[in-house]
Amino acid sequence: MTQKTILNDAHRALGAKMVDFGGWDMPLNYGSQIEEHHAVRRDAGMFDVSHMTVVDLHGARTREFLRHLLANSVDKLKARGKALYSCMLNEQGGVIDDLIVYFLAEDFFRVVVNAATHDKDLAWIGKQAKAFDVKVAERADLAMIAVQGPNARAKAQSLLSPATREAAAKVGKFAAIEGDGLFIARTGYTGEDGYEIIVPEADAVALWNKLKDAGVAPAGLGARDTLRLEAGMNLYGQDMDEAITPWEAGLAWTVSLEPGRDFIGRAALEKQKDEGVPRALVGLVMDEKGVLRHGQRVATPQGDGEILSGTFSPTLGKAIAFARVPAGANAGVEVDIRGKLVPVRLVKYPFVRDGKACEGI
Amino acid sequence: MNEIPGDLKFMKSHEWARVEDNGNVTVGISDHAQGLLGDLVYVELPSVGDEVKAGNACAVVESVKAASDVYAPVSGEVVAVNAALGDKPETINEDAYGEGWIFVVKPSNLAEDTEELLDPDAYAESIEDDEH
Repeated sequence: MTQKTILNDAHRALGAKMVDFGGWDMPLNYGSQIEEHHAVRRDAGMFDVSHMTVVDLHGARTREFLRHLLANSVDKLKARGKALYSCMLNEQGGVIDDLIVYFLAEDFFRVVVNAATHDKDLAWIGKQAKAFDVKVAERADLAMIAVQGPNARAKAQSLLSPATREAAAKVGKFAAIEGDGLFIARTGYTGEDGYEIIVPEADAVALWNKLKDAGVAPAGLGARDTLRLEAGMNLYGQDMDEAITPWEAGLAWTVSLEPGRDFIGRAALEKQKDEGVPRALVGLVMDEKGVLRHGQRVATPQGDGEILSGTFSPTLGKAIAFARVPAGANAGVEVDIRGKLVPVRLVKYPFVRDGKACEGI
Repeated sequence: MNEIPGDLKFMKSHEWARVEDNGNVTVGISDHAQGLLGDLVYVELPSVGDEVKAGNACAVVESVKAASDVYAPVSGEVVAVNAALGDKPETINEDAYGEGWIFVVKPSNLAEDTEELLDPDAYAESIEDDEH
Protein backbone atom coordinates (compact mmCIF):
# COMPACT_ATOMS: atom_id res chain seq x y z
CA MET A 1 0.00 0.00 0.00
CA THR A 2 1.21 3.47 -0.84
CA GLN A 3 1.53 5.81 2.10
CA LYS A 4 0.78 9.52 1.95
CA THR A 5 2.19 12.37 3.99
CA ILE A 6 -0.14 14.94 5.50
CA LEU A 7 0.94 17.31 2.69
CA ASN A 8 -0.17 14.98 -0.13
CA ASP A 9 -3.22 17.08 -1.06
CA ALA A 10 -1.10 20.24 -0.96
CA HIS A 11 1.34 18.73 -3.47
CA ARG A 12 -1.46 17.67 -5.78
CA ALA A 13 -3.10 21.10 -5.55
CA LEU A 14 0.23 22.57 -6.72
CA GLY A 15 0.18 20.28 -9.75
CA ALA A 16 3.03 18.05 -8.57
CA LYS A 17 4.07 15.06 -10.60
CA MET A 18 3.88 12.29 -8.01
CA VAL A 19 6.05 9.16 -7.82
CA ASP A 20 6.41 6.19 -5.53
CA PHE A 21 9.44 6.58 -3.26
CA GLY A 22 10.08 3.79 -0.77
CA GLY A 23 6.35 3.06 -0.57
CA TRP A 24 5.40 6.74 -0.26
CA ASP A 25 3.49 8.82 -2.80
CA MET A 26 5.82 11.82 -3.07
CA PRO A 27 6.24 14.84 -5.37
CA LEU A 28 8.96 14.38 -8.01
CA ASN A 29 8.59 17.96 -9.22
CA TYR A 30 6.02 20.73 -9.48
CA GLY A 31 6.81 21.48 -13.14
CA SER A 32 10.54 21.91 -13.62
CA GLN A 33 13.06 20.02 -11.53
CA ILE A 34 15.86 22.29 -12.74
CA GLU A 35 14.03 25.48 -11.77
CA GLU A 36 13.38 24.01 -8.33
CA HIS A 37 17.07 23.14 -8.03
CA HIS A 38 18.09 26.70 -8.90
CA ALA A 39 15.49 28.14 -6.49
CA VAL A 40 17.26 26.31 -3.64
CA ARG A 41 20.76 27.33 -4.79
CA ARG A 42 19.81 30.97 -5.36
CA ASP A 43 16.95 31.78 -2.98
CA ALA A 44 14.85 29.34 -0.93
CA GLY A 45 13.03 26.10 -1.56
CA MET A 46 11.18 23.60 0.60
CA PHE A 47 10.78 19.84 0.58
CA ASP A 48 8.19 17.66 2.24
CA VAL A 49 10.34 15.09 4.04
CA SER A 50 7.57 13.82 6.30
CA HIS A 51 8.13 10.34 4.91
CA MET A 52 11.35 10.18 6.92
CA THR A 53 11.14 8.43 10.26
CA VAL A 54 11.51 10.31 13.53
CA VAL A 55 12.34 8.06 16.47
CA ASP A 56 12.59 9.29 20.05
CA LEU A 57 14.80 7.39 22.47
CA HIS A 58 14.12 7.69 26.17
CA GLY A 59 15.91 6.22 29.15
CA ALA A 60 18.74 6.87 31.58
CA ARG A 61 21.14 4.72 29.51
CA THR A 62 20.30 6.26 26.11
CA ARG A 63 23.77 7.74 25.54
CA GLU A 64 25.38 4.43 26.45
CA PHE A 65 23.02 2.69 24.02
CA LEU A 66 23.97 5.05 21.20
CA ARG A 67 27.67 4.53 21.92
CA HIS A 68 26.99 0.89 21.11
CA LEU A 69 24.58 1.42 18.19
CA LEU A 70 26.39 4.07 16.13
CA ALA A 71 29.72 4.13 14.31
CA ASN A 72 30.17 7.82 15.04
CA SER A 73 30.72 8.84 18.66
CA VAL A 74 27.68 10.25 20.37
CA ASP A 75 30.09 11.67 22.95
CA LYS A 76 30.82 14.42 20.43
CA LEU A 77 27.38 15.71 21.43
CA LYS A 78 28.00 17.84 24.49
CA ALA A 79 25.53 20.71 24.18
CA ARG A 80 21.78 20.15 24.14
CA GLY A 81 20.31 20.39 20.67
CA LYS A 82 23.53 19.36 18.91
CA ALA A 83 23.23 16.91 16.02
CA LEU A 84 25.52 14.19 14.69
CA TYR A 85 25.51 12.32 11.38
CA SER A 86 26.31 8.62 11.72
CA CYS A 87 26.00 5.21 10.18
CA MET A 88 24.31 2.35 11.98
CA LEU A 89 26.21 -0.85 11.11
CA ASN A 90 25.60 -4.56 11.26
CA GLU A 91 28.16 -6.94 12.79
CA GLN A 92 29.88 -7.25 9.38
CA GLY A 93 30.42 -3.49 9.23
CA GLY A 94 27.79 -3.05 6.51
CA VAL A 95 25.58 0.03 6.63
CA ILE A 96 22.03 -0.65 7.87
CA ASP A 97 21.21 3.04 7.49
CA ASP A 98 22.61 6.54 7.84
CA LEU A 99 20.90 8.90 10.23
CA ILE A 100 21.03 12.09 12.25
CA VAL A 101 20.89 11.92 16.04
CA TYR A 102 20.02 14.93 18.22
CA PHE A 103 21.01 15.25 21.88
CA LEU A 104 18.04 16.73 23.71
CA ALA A 105 18.65 15.52 27.29
CA GLU A 106 20.75 12.80 28.91
CA ASP A 107 17.66 10.58 28.91
CA PHE A 108 16.24 11.80 25.57
CA PHE A 109 17.83 11.64 22.12
CA ARG A 110 16.00 11.98 18.80
CA VAL A 111 17.00 10.04 15.70
CA VAL A 112 15.87 10.68 12.11
CA VAL A 113 16.28 7.73 9.73
CA ASN A 114 15.38 7.08 6.10
CA ALA A 115 11.89 6.25 4.86
CA ALA A 116 12.70 3.22 2.72
CA THR A 117 14.53 1.55 5.64
CA HIS A 118 11.80 2.25 8.20
CA ASP A 119 10.88 -1.33 9.09
CA LYS A 120 14.35 -2.81 9.37
CA ASP A 121 15.68 0.24 11.23
CA LEU A 122 12.96 0.11 13.87
CA ALA A 123 13.41 -3.64 14.25
CA TRP A 124 17.18 -3.26 14.65
CA ILE A 125 17.03 -0.30 17.02
CA GLY A 126 14.31 -1.99 19.09
CA LYS A 127 16.31 -5.20 19.34
CA GLN A 128 19.51 -3.46 20.40
CA ALA A 129 17.73 -1.10 22.81
CA LYS A 130 16.40 -3.87 25.04
CA ALA A 131 19.70 -4.52 26.80
CA PHE A 132 19.92 -0.83 27.68
CA ASP A 133 16.34 -0.41 28.85
CA VAL A 134 15.84 2.33 26.28
CA LYS A 135 12.30 3.08 25.13
CA VAL A 136 11.99 3.44 21.35
CA ALA A 137 9.08 5.61 20.25
CA GLU A 138 8.36 6.25 16.58
CA ARG A 139 6.84 9.71 16.10
CA ALA A 140 4.42 9.12 13.24
CA ASP A 141 2.48 12.13 14.56
CA LEU A 142 5.19 14.47 13.29
CA ALA A 143 5.68 15.87 9.80
CA MET A 144 8.91 17.42 8.52
CA ILE A 145 9.59 20.25 6.08
CA ALA A 146 13.12 21.07 4.92
CA VAL A 147 13.58 24.76 4.05
CA GLN A 148 16.84 25.24 2.18
CA GLY A 149 18.75 27.96 0.36
CA PRO A 150 20.65 31.19 1.00
CA ASN A 151 17.43 33.01 1.97
CA ALA A 152 15.72 30.03 3.62
CA ARG A 153 16.51 30.90 7.22
CA ALA A 154 15.37 34.50 6.92
CA LYS A 155 12.12 33.50 5.23
CA ALA A 156 11.38 30.79 7.78
CA GLN A 157 12.25 33.09 10.68
CA SER A 158 9.72 35.65 9.45
CA LEU A 159 6.94 33.23 10.45
CA LEU A 160 8.10 32.69 14.04
CA SER A 161 7.24 34.37 17.34
CA PRO A 162 9.90 36.87 18.52
CA ALA A 163 11.39 34.49 21.10
CA THR A 164 11.57 31.51 18.74
CA ARG A 165 12.85 33.70 15.93
CA GLU A 166 15.71 34.87 18.11
CA ALA A 167 16.59 31.31 19.08
CA ALA A 168 16.35 30.10 15.46
CA ALA A 169 18.52 32.98 14.28
CA LYS A 170 21.19 32.10 16.84
CA VAL A 171 21.26 28.32 16.49
CA GLY A 172 24.55 27.06 15.06
CA LYS A 173 25.01 24.69 12.16
CA PHE A 174 24.07 21.10 12.91
CA ALA A 175 22.04 21.97 16.00
CA ALA A 176 18.37 22.36 16.84
CA ILE A 177 16.09 24.49 19.01
CA GLU A 178 12.46 24.15 19.99
CA GLY A 179 9.78 26.84 19.98
CA ASP A 180 6.27 27.63 18.72
CA GLY A 181 5.61 23.88 18.89
CA LEU A 182 8.31 23.30 16.27
CA PHE A 183 11.63 21.47 16.34
CA ILE A 184 13.92 23.61 14.18
CA ALA A 185 17.23 22.07 13.15
CA ARG A 186 19.90 23.85 11.12
CA THR A 187 20.55 20.79 9.00
CA GLY A 188 19.80 19.73 5.44
CA TYR A 189 20.58 17.65 2.41
CA THR A 190 21.34 20.27 -0.21
CA GLY A 191 24.68 21.91 0.63
CA GLU A 192 22.86 25.15 1.41
CA ASP A 193 22.07 26.75 4.73
CA GLY A 194 18.56 26.26 6.04
CA TYR A 195 16.38 24.40 8.48
CA GLU A 196 14.72 21.06 8.76
CA ILE A 197 11.54 21.77 10.70
CA ILE A 198 9.72 19.00 12.52
CA VAL A 199 6.10 19.99 13.03
CA PRO A 200 3.01 18.24 14.44
CA GLU A 201 0.97 16.82 11.56
CA ALA A 202 -2.01 18.97 12.51
CA ASP A 203 0.04 22.14 11.87
CA ALA A 204 2.04 20.98 8.85
CA VAL A 205 -0.25 22.16 6.06
CA ALA A 206 -0.57 25.62 7.59
CA LEU A 207 3.23 25.86 7.94
CA TRP A 208 3.73 24.72 4.33
CA ASN A 209 1.29 27.35 3.08
CA LYS A 210 2.84 30.10 5.18
CA LEU A 211 6.29 29.24 3.90
CA LYS A 212 4.97 29.32 0.36
CA ASP A 213 3.40 32.75 0.98
CA ALA A 214 6.76 33.88 2.38
CA GLY A 215 8.32 33.11 -1.02
CA VAL A 216 9.75 29.63 -0.40
CA ALA A 217 9.44 27.56 -3.59
CA PRO A 218 8.08 24.00 -3.30
CA ALA A 219 10.70 21.56 -4.60
CA GLY A 220 10.38 17.86 -5.30
CA LEU A 221 12.46 14.75 -4.80
CA GLY A 222 14.05 15.24 -8.23
CA ALA A 223 15.68 18.50 -7.18
CA ARG A 224 16.49 17.03 -3.77
CA ASP A 225 18.53 14.33 -5.50
CA THR A 226 20.52 16.67 -7.78
CA LEU A 227 21.13 19.06 -4.87
CA ARG A 228 22.41 16.38 -2.50
CA LEU A 229 24.69 14.85 -5.12
CA GLU A 230 26.16 18.26 -5.97
CA ALA A 231 26.66 18.68 -2.22
CA GLY A 232 28.55 15.37 -2.10
CA MET A 233 26.08 13.64 0.18
CA ASN A 234 25.44 9.90 0.07
CA LEU A 235 22.04 8.37 -0.65
CA TYR A 236 21.29 5.19 1.26
CA GLY A 237 20.49 2.21 -0.98
CA GLN A 238 22.33 3.75 -3.91
CA ASP A 239 25.73 4.77 -2.54
CA MET A 240 25.88 2.30 0.33
CA ASP A 241 23.93 -0.59 1.77
CA GLU A 242 24.34 -3.53 4.14
CA ALA A 243 27.07 -5.11 1.97
CA ILE A 244 29.21 -1.95 1.99
CA THR A 245 31.32 -0.59 4.84
CA PRO A 246 31.73 3.13 5.53
CA TRP A 247 35.35 2.80 4.31
CA GLU A 248 34.04 1.85 0.85
CA ALA A 249 31.32 4.50 0.85
CA GLY A 250 33.39 7.63 1.43
CA LEU A 251 32.11 7.76 5.01
CA ALA A 252 35.34 7.19 6.95
CA TRP A 253 34.90 10.71 8.36
CA THR A 254 31.80 9.49 10.20
CA VAL A 255 33.51 6.57 11.92
CA SER A 256 35.01 7.21 15.33
CA LEU A 257 37.56 4.60 16.41
CA GLU A 258 38.36 6.12 19.78
CA PRO A 259 39.72 3.53 22.23
CA GLY A 260 37.40 1.61 24.49
CA ARG A 261 34.09 2.03 22.63
CA ASP A 262 32.76 -1.28 21.34
CA PHE A 263 30.15 -0.27 18.73
CA ILE A 264 28.39 -2.77 16.49
CA GLY A 265 30.55 -3.48 13.43
CA ARG A 266 33.75 -2.07 14.92
CA ALA A 267 35.69 -5.34 14.79
CA ALA A 268 34.81 -5.86 11.14
CA LEU A 269 35.79 -2.29 10.26
CA GLU A 270 39.15 -2.62 12.02
CA LYS A 271 39.81 -5.90 10.27
CA GLN A 272 39.02 -4.44 6.85
CA LYS A 273 41.18 -1.42 7.58
CA ASP A 274 44.13 -3.65 8.55
CA GLU A 275 43.74 -5.90 5.53
CA GLY A 276 43.27 -3.02 3.13
CA VAL A 277 39.99 -1.64 1.81
CA PRO A 278 39.50 -3.06 -1.70
CA ARG A 279 37.25 -0.33 -3.13
CA ALA A 280 36.72 3.37 -2.73
CA LEU A 281 33.96 5.84 -3.44
CA VAL A 282 35.16 8.65 -5.71
CA GLY A 283 33.66 11.75 -7.25
CA LEU A 284 33.56 12.02 -11.05
CA VAL A 285 33.03 14.94 -13.40
CA MET A 286 32.45 14.47 -17.12
CA ASP A 287 33.47 17.44 -19.26
CA GLU A 288 31.97 15.97 -22.42
CA LYS A 289 28.25 16.17 -23.09
CA GLY A 290 26.02 13.45 -21.76
CA VAL A 291 24.76 12.24 -18.42
CA LEU A 292 26.34 9.85 -15.92
CA ARG A 293 23.81 7.42 -14.47
CA HIS A 294 23.47 4.73 -11.85
CA GLY A 295 24.77 1.36 -13.07
CA GLN A 296 27.10 2.54 -15.83
CA ARG A 297 30.42 0.68 -15.97
CA VAL A 298 33.52 2.62 -14.92
CA ALA A 299 36.75 1.42 -16.53
CA THR A 300 40.02 2.10 -14.68
CA PRO A 301 43.57 0.75 -15.08
CA GLN A 302 42.99 -1.08 -11.75
CA GLY A 303 39.79 -2.78 -12.97
CA ASP A 304 36.11 -2.02 -13.37
CA GLY A 305 33.87 -0.10 -11.04
CA GLU A 306 30.39 1.32 -11.39
CA ILE A 307 28.44 4.54 -11.12
CA LEU A 308 26.40 4.67 -7.90
CA SER A 309 24.67 8.03 -8.09
CA GLY A 310 24.96 9.94 -11.34
CA THR A 311 23.16 12.95 -12.69
CA PHE A 312 23.32 16.12 -14.69
CA SER A 313 24.38 18.90 -12.34
CA PRO A 314 22.17 21.95 -12.99
CA THR A 315 24.63 24.23 -11.18
CA LEU A 316 27.70 23.06 -13.12
CA GLY A 317 25.97 22.34 -16.43
CA LYS A 318 27.72 18.97 -16.74
CA ALA A 319 27.40 15.43 -15.47
CA ILE A 320 28.67 14.43 -12.02
CA ALA A 321 28.66 11.13 -10.18
CA PHE A 322 29.73 9.00 -7.28
CA ALA A 323 31.41 5.78 -8.38
CA ARG A 324 32.82 2.80 -6.52
CA VAL A 325 36.16 1.84 -8.05
CA PRO A 326 39.07 -0.46 -7.15
CA ALA A 327 41.37 1.11 -4.55
CA GLY A 328 44.17 3.14 -6.10
CA ALA A 329 42.32 4.15 -9.26
CA ASN A 330 42.94 7.83 -9.80
CA ALA A 331 43.70 8.44 -13.47
CA GLY A 332 42.81 7.07 -16.87
CA VAL A 333 39.20 6.57 -15.82
CA GLU A 334 36.44 6.20 -18.42
CA VAL A 335 32.71 5.54 -18.25
CA ASP A 336 30.86 3.24 -20.61
CA ILE A 337 27.92 5.21 -21.98
CA ARG A 338 25.89 3.13 -24.42
CA GLY A 339 28.99 1.26 -25.49
CA LYS A 340 31.21 4.30 -25.88
CA LEU A 341 34.05 4.93 -23.40
CA VAL A 342 33.98 8.57 -22.32
CA PRO A 343 36.83 10.05 -20.21
CA VAL A 344 35.94 11.43 -16.77
CA ARG A 345 37.93 13.28 -14.12
CA LEU A 346 38.27 12.06 -10.54
CA VAL A 347 37.65 14.99 -8.23
CA LYS A 348 37.44 15.79 -4.55
CA TYR A 349 33.80 16.39 -3.66
CA PRO A 350 31.52 18.20 -2.68
CA PHE A 351 30.98 19.43 -6.20
CA VAL A 352 28.98 22.48 -5.10
CA ARG A 353 28.77 24.27 -1.75
CA ASP A 354 26.79 27.39 -0.86
CA GLY A 355 25.69 28.00 -4.42
CA LYS A 356 29.15 27.78 -6.03
CA ALA A 357 31.25 25.18 -7.78
CA CYS A 358 34.00 23.90 -5.47
CA GLU A 359 37.66 24.35 -6.37
CA GLY A 360 38.92 21.86 -8.95
CA ILE A 361 35.45 20.97 -10.25
CA MET B 1 -2.09 19.32 -22.82
CA ASN B 2 -0.99 21.34 -25.85
CA GLU B 3 -2.90 21.16 -29.09
CA ILE B 4 -1.36 18.55 -31.39
CA PRO B 5 -0.80 19.99 -34.89
CA GLY B 6 -3.01 18.17 -37.38
CA ASP B 7 -0.30 17.57 -39.99
CA LEU B 8 1.76 15.29 -37.72
CA LYS B 9 1.93 11.51 -37.61
CA PHE B 10 3.02 9.66 -34.50
CA MET B 11 4.65 6.50 -33.26
CA LYS B 12 3.29 4.89 -30.12
CA SER B 13 6.76 5.48 -28.66
CA HIS B 14 6.01 9.26 -28.88
CA GLU B 15 8.03 10.36 -31.92
CA TRP B 16 6.29 12.69 -34.37
CA ALA B 17 6.88 12.92 -38.13
CA ARG B 18 5.90 15.68 -40.51
CA VAL B 19 6.08 15.23 -44.28
CA GLU B 20 7.37 18.53 -45.64
CA ASP B 21 6.50 20.04 -49.04
CA ASN B 22 9.78 18.76 -50.48
CA GLY B 23 8.95 15.22 -49.44
CA ASN B 24 11.44 15.07 -46.56
CA VAL B 25 10.28 14.02 -43.10
CA THR B 26 11.01 16.09 -39.99
CA VAL B 27 11.14 14.12 -36.74
CA GLY B 28 10.80 15.09 -33.08
CA ILE B 29 9.28 13.84 -29.85
CA SER B 30 5.78 14.71 -28.71
CA ASP B 31 4.85 17.31 -26.16
CA HIS B 32 3.51 14.49 -24.03
CA ALA B 33 6.90 12.73 -24.18
CA GLN B 34 8.86 15.81 -23.14
CA GLY B 35 6.46 16.18 -20.22
CA LEU B 36 7.12 12.62 -19.13
CA LEU B 37 10.89 13.03 -19.39
CA GLY B 38 11.05 16.38 -17.62
CA ASP B 39 13.84 18.90 -18.15
CA LEU B 40 15.99 17.75 -21.06
CA VAL B 41 19.74 18.22 -20.61
CA TYR B 42 21.32 16.40 -23.54
CA VAL B 43 20.41 15.25 -27.03
CA GLU B 44 22.55 12.76 -28.92
CA LEU B 45 21.88 13.48 -32.59
CA PRO B 46 22.38 11.16 -35.56
CA SER B 47 24.88 12.28 -38.19
CA VAL B 48 23.89 13.74 -41.52
CA GLY B 49 24.30 10.94 -44.04
CA ASP B 50 23.29 8.16 -41.60
CA GLU B 51 20.89 5.59 -43.03
CA VAL B 52 18.06 5.02 -40.56
CA LYS B 53 15.47 2.27 -40.55
CA ALA B 54 11.87 2.75 -39.42
CA GLY B 55 11.48 1.51 -35.85
CA ASN B 56 15.20 1.59 -35.05
CA ALA B 57 16.78 3.85 -32.43
CA CYS B 58 18.76 6.67 -34.01
CA ALA B 59 18.95 9.44 -31.40
CA VAL B 60 18.88 9.75 -27.62
CA VAL B 61 17.21 12.39 -25.48
CA GLU B 62 18.32 12.63 -21.89
CA SER B 63 16.54 14.41 -19.10
CA VAL B 64 17.79 14.78 -15.56
CA LYS B 65 15.70 11.73 -14.83
CA ALA B 66 16.35 9.30 -17.69
CA ALA B 67 17.84 8.57 -21.08
CA SER B 68 15.37 7.65 -23.80
CA ASP B 69 15.91 6.36 -27.32
CA VAL B 70 14.32 8.17 -30.24
CA TYR B 71 13.12 5.79 -32.95
CA ALA B 72 12.99 6.64 -36.64
CA PRO B 73 9.36 6.85 -37.82
CA VAL B 74 10.44 6.27 -41.43
CA SER B 75 13.42 4.71 -43.21
CA GLY B 76 15.83 6.81 -45.24
CA GLU B 77 18.87 9.06 -45.06
CA VAL B 78 19.38 11.73 -42.43
CA VAL B 79 19.75 15.00 -44.34
CA ALA B 80 19.64 17.50 -41.46
CA VAL B 81 19.98 17.55 -37.69
CA ASN B 82 18.99 20.27 -35.24
CA ALA B 83 22.46 21.23 -34.02
CA ALA B 84 20.98 24.02 -31.88
CA LEU B 85 19.79 21.33 -29.45
CA GLY B 86 23.45 20.76 -28.52
CA ASP B 87 23.47 23.97 -26.50
CA LYS B 88 19.77 24.25 -25.83
CA PRO B 89 18.22 20.80 -25.34
CA GLU B 90 15.45 22.47 -23.32
CA THR B 91 14.08 23.78 -26.62
CA ILE B 92 12.30 20.42 -26.86
CA ASN B 93 10.56 21.11 -23.54
CA GLU B 94 9.54 24.54 -24.71
CA ASP B 95 8.45 23.81 -28.30
CA ALA B 96 8.34 20.08 -29.00
CA TYR B 97 6.50 20.41 -32.32
CA GLY B 98 8.40 23.43 -33.65
CA GLU B 99 11.91 24.60 -32.74
CA GLY B 100 12.45 21.34 -30.88
CA TRP B 101 12.63 19.19 -34.03
CA ILE B 102 15.48 16.67 -33.89
CA PHE B 103 16.36 15.49 -37.41
CA VAL B 104 15.14 15.32 -41.02
CA VAL B 105 15.03 12.16 -43.11
CA LYS B 106 14.92 11.85 -46.90
CA PRO B 107 12.56 8.87 -46.93
CA SER B 108 13.12 5.76 -49.00
CA ASN B 109 9.83 3.99 -48.37
CA LEU B 110 7.47 6.77 -47.35
CA ALA B 111 4.07 5.44 -48.36
CA GLU B 112 4.49 2.13 -46.58
CA ASP B 113 6.20 3.55 -43.50
CA THR B 114 3.61 6.25 -42.85
CA GLU B 115 0.83 3.67 -42.96
CA GLU B 116 2.20 2.37 -39.69
CA LEU B 117 1.95 5.78 -37.99
CA LEU B 118 -0.92 7.20 -35.93
CA ASP B 119 -2.86 10.35 -36.75
CA PRO B 120 -3.16 12.93 -33.93
CA ASP B 121 -6.50 11.60 -32.67
CA ALA B 122 -5.29 8.02 -32.54
CA TYR B 123 -2.10 9.14 -30.80
CA ALA B 124 -4.08 11.16 -28.24
CA GLU B 125 -6.13 8.05 -27.57
CA SER B 126 -3.05 5.88 -27.13
CA ILE B 127 -1.71 8.35 -24.56
CA GLU B 128 -4.98 8.18 -22.67
CA ASP B 129 -4.87 4.40 -22.70
CA ASP B 130 -1.36 4.56 -21.21
CA GLU B 131 -2.62 6.68 -18.37
CA HIS B 132 -5.43 4.32 -17.40
